[in-house]
Amino acid sequence: MHTYPSPACETCPAAPANIRRLGLDTGRWDFVVALAGNPNVGKSTVFNLLTGLRQHTGNWPGKTVVRAEGAFDLDGKRYKIVDLPGTYSLLGTTPDEEVTREFLLFGRPNVTLVVADATCLERNFTLLLQILQITGRVVLCLNLMDEARSRGIDIDMRGLARELGIPVVATAARRGQGLDELLAAIGSVATSKTAALPHPPDIMPAELRDTVEKLAERIKRTYPRVDNPTWVALRLLEGDPRIVKALEQGEFENDNAAA
Amino acid sequence: MSTPKDILRAAEKLRWELGPHFQDDIAAKVSGAATALAGRYVRNPSDASGPSWQRRLDLILTGRWTGLPAMALLFAIVLWITIEGANVPSGLLAELLVDKIHPWLKTLALNIGLWPWLAGLLVDGVYLSTAWVVSVMLPPMAIFFPLFTLLEDLGYLPRVAFNLDRIFQKAGAHGKQALSMTMGLGCNAAGVIATRIIDSPRERLIAIITNNFSLCNGRWPTQILMATIFVGALAPPAVSGLVAAASVFFVALLGFACALGSSWLLSHTLLKGEASSFSLELPPYRPPDVLRTLYTSLIDRTLFVLWRAIVFAAPAGAAIWLIANISLGGHSIAWWMVTVLDPPGQIMGLTGVILVAYIVAIPANEIVIPTILMLTVLLSGNANVNSPGAGILFETEGHVLHTLLTGAGWTTLTAVCLMLFSLLHNPCSTTLYTIYKETGSWRWTGLSAALPLALGAIACSAVAAAWRLLAF
Repeated sequence: MHTYPSPACETCPAAPANIRRLGLDTGRWDFVVALAGNPNVGKSTVFNLLTGLRQHTGNWPGKTVVRAEGAFDLDGKRYKIVDLPGTYSLLGTTPDEEVTREFLLFGRPNVTLVVADATCLERNFTLLLQILQITGRVVLCLNLMDEARSRGIDIDMRGLARELGIPVVATAARRGQGLDELLAAIGSVATSKTAALPHPPDIMPAELRDTVEKLAERIKRTYPRVDNPTWVALRLLEGDPRIVKALEQGEFENDNAAA
Repeated sequence: MSTPKDILRAAEKLRWELGPHFQDDIAAKVSGAATALAGRYVRNPSDASGPSWQRRLDLILTGRWTGLPAMALLFAIVLWITIEGANVPSGLLAELLVDKIHPWLKTLALNIGLWPWLAGLLVDGVYLSTAWVVSVMLPPMAIFFPLFTLLEDLGYLPRVAFNLDRIFQKAGAHGKQALSMTMGLGCNAAGVIATRIIDSPRERLIAIITNNFSLCNGRWPTQILMATIFVGALAPPAVSGLVAAASVFFVALLGFACALGSSWLLSHTLLKGEASSFSLELPPYRPPDVLRTLYTSLIDRTLFVLWRAIVFAAPAGAAIWLIANISLGGHSIAWWMVTVLDPPGQIMGLTGVILVAYIVAIPANEIVIPTILMLTVLLSGNANVNSPGAGILFETEGHVLHTLLTGAGWTTLTAVCLMLFSLLHNPCSTTLYTIYKETGSWRWTGLSAALPLALGAIACSAVAAAWRLLAF
């Protein structure tokens, strides 16, 4: 058994969470959590920490080549967690990027846990900002916080959370630190009735905005359930064959796009 | 309301308004927003590019002139520690499992009234081959895997890819092939799956077909055993460990050369094309958590692989015992197989027993050595594996396996050719199946089996011919 540092405040939501690790038993679930992030930021370590599994970890980018799934039980609800391959971006055409994009858009995760390397956040923010275009149900996990602290890197987590409108949690997953806070954040996003209200920085260049919005407007009118029409429009303008196929086969008519 | 067709048509039309570089514009905007966000909420100390020792370490480990020698040295040290460290525990395990428990079990089986044939099948077949697998495989793997995992957790593997990138590029292959080949050192099936990190299908196929040239854990014990009892024994005892390690290192290096050579050949014939460029992040060195590494690599890799070996060795032991004890026309089936395969074996500097062992061991390379030992013992009628003082498996002078094998006509040439053939032969059936699943083609799977086998037959025959010509 691991022991976790007890939180400063026993009544705050970060009080020791009632977690039961279910390993591979993903048979039935209440919520789906997607685990995304740059390569080699410790996604698999976070995954292992949450599920009690021993998915192979190692210090090199690209070691998670198959989508790993696991489960845990938190306050009586079952969470299925999907470890996605690491990517730097969602705009490219590598298989890793396609898998991640596809899952975020069509896999309908209730929570997307974005794991970031706290020692080089600038690079990690690129992916985070793109994910925020697809879904607002995001928890940002600043992993490797022990390393960042020892290097004297100072992160204003409150400021970050306020600007982005999402929970931001610091962890050192290798040492099992920050698990309780992480679970509390996942739980609150998963169970919140209303979608979180993220306000991501604008990533649309001004000269493209009118064109993209024109298409997004049409998509929104036709498929009111899609709540990331700008992203869908953008992908469509790129000619993403997966989106074209989804459109032709009516996948957007149902509840299929990320809620 | 619009139909999907309307929307698609609108997208087609609007695309013209965007200009040719709109993807780049978006990427630039995203990265600008990320920089701004980090600027507002992250304060870096002035030297945030990592501690200076990391940069100094990288100057050596990825330096233009020092990178490759440092890599070779590290690899040689790992091999040497494995070989030196495995001697004593292997000897102790063999003494316990083969010398002590085996005769005790045999007596017990006969005493409780088992039929002699059943006692033979279970104890001389199933038990003995399993005992050999455990004593030959467990100690080297329990040392090699943790050392390897430590290097992996430290962040050394991407640096291997970085160092080797230029060499792979010259061979028309992808630099990340270095990573899949390193994973192949553990298990070729895992190495084949690891080629998924290579995006270009052409280069990925090359990496898949040549992964078998990375010695997998099922073959390390064969290398280490042959190197220790034949090659190392040629040197004075003080340096025999070093000589043994050097010979295994040489075989591994040869495997690397074969991988490069076949990659070059493939990229100039069947899989023509240029090497594609890629970017690979060199992660920061992270001090590994030694205890956890030891624990997970022992549980995940060592015991997992050992279990696989046992699962294959137990039925193989029974099969070998049966073919050695069932007669057809006055001789055992094993005798017939060995006799038929002996002439081609001799041409390759091997023996019929070795070739039969490689047929039996198609499911798992791990059982080659136990199969050879079982067949040798059973065919020579020399059931005296338990003769007094016969326990110390890895002692270089006059030890039991050396005696047993030389008694069956083995020479240094046999050992050298076996080391070569162990490197250069078809992948195990698990790997072949993985290759089929990854490529979806029997043709590429067949090539992956035929290429190393052909190379092995040629290399062994050439070495044997040269050896005999020079009459060592």
